[in-house]
Amino acid sequence: MCKDCGCESANARATGHGHPHPHPHPHDHAHPHPHDHAHAHDHPHDHDHAHDHDHPHGHAAEDGLRRIEMERSLLARNDEIAARNRAWLTSRGIVALNLISSPGSGKTRLLERTLDLLRGRLACAVVTGDLQTDNDARRLADRGAPVRQIETRSSCHLNAGHLRDVLPEVAPPGTRLLFIENVGNLVCPAAFDLGEHFKVALLSVTEGEDKPLKYPTLFSAAQIAILTKTDLIPALDWNLAECRKALQAVHPGMFVFELSAKTGAGMDGWIDYLVRLAG
Amino acid sequence: MHELSLAQSMVEDIVAAARREGADRIVRIRLVVGALSGVDADAFEFAFPVAAEGTPAAGADLRIREVPLAVHCRDCGATTSPDPLLCRCETCGSAAVDVTAGRELKVEALEIHVPVG
Repeated sequence: MCKDCGCESANARATGHGHPHPHPHPHDHAHPHPHDHAHAHDHPHDHDHAHDHDHPHGHAAEDGLRRIEMERSLLARNDEIAARNRAWLTSRGIVALNLISSPGSGKTRLLERTLDLLRGRLACAVVTGDLQTDNDARRLADRGAPVRQIETRSSCHLNAGHLRDVLPEVAPPGTRLLFIENVGNLVCPAAFDLGEHFKVALLSVTEGEDKPLKYPTLFSAAQIAILTKTDLIPALDWNLAECRKALQAVHPGMFVFELSAKTGAGMDGWIDYLVRLAG
Repeated sequence: MHELSLAQSMVEDIVAAARREGADRIVRIRLVVGALSGVDADAFEFAFPVAAEGTPAAGADLRIREVPLAVHCRDCGATTSPDPLLCRCETCGSAAVDVTAGRELKVEALEIHVPVG
């Protein structure tokens, strides 16, 4: 087997890239290409010129089979849009948080309480994603912040394009904090950068203490964890110390809040943190 | 669950790249999947034929190379591959580690068929 590409020797013949190997030519220069045409309107979208300057480099072959080097991330398209979203948000002084958790861990309840407590103090906006219904948007309405529901239909996560399409409308000038309530799912949303500044992983105390160990992708990617529904701890056989240990094992130094949006316990620390973030 | 949308996005990218090279067909795809990428290789293999149907990538041989998590310890300098996926040095137990591998999710290379003449 060839050490460079793992090909079997038969394949090496078939593909015509016999040894010694031509070097790979990664050529992953991204060519950001600022588009200089005047944008009268103020959207973070890219007008669909997806200039993928990959320049795959081929190897000459006689039988029509060639190898080309790609070195392209499967998330490259999403990440390009996410980078534009982040630049759009940052240039307007908006801090964006992407809230990710299992269904039913209390994202919407936490946002209700958070919007109520920040009302009149900080201009907030909310984007909320679900497969269908605008139930969450209705729960979050009339709390002093623009709310936009995204129905993803069959998709188990929000992607950067979803956010791009609603940003100018949901985050008017003066907005300081944007909360993105992702689709309830502990796996897929972790892979998709939306252009947020922070990923926030929620974990309710009705879930297992070892959930961070079971779902390390999210908990290693999120900068902040929030343990929710702490008012239920007395009723449950739930070990807080063990959960804290699991979080630190997966993500050493992770910033952790413990709160109950229902009783308000622990909300002060969360609100103070948000005010400092936006400051 | 999100493997299908990733497979669709990959197919768009590789078909575009292959066409730029004048290819009529993609023969083999070399994909790299890290342990922390959030992608399950089996689910991706299941999703790929659906995403590739009716495109020049249909029937291509999908080769997935899985990359284990690797962490480099700032305390003892060891590079270890903790399993399960904990961010902790397996040699000295320190949590002061940097992830050096395992987040990859990329197409490394394609093998394509270019009509002769």
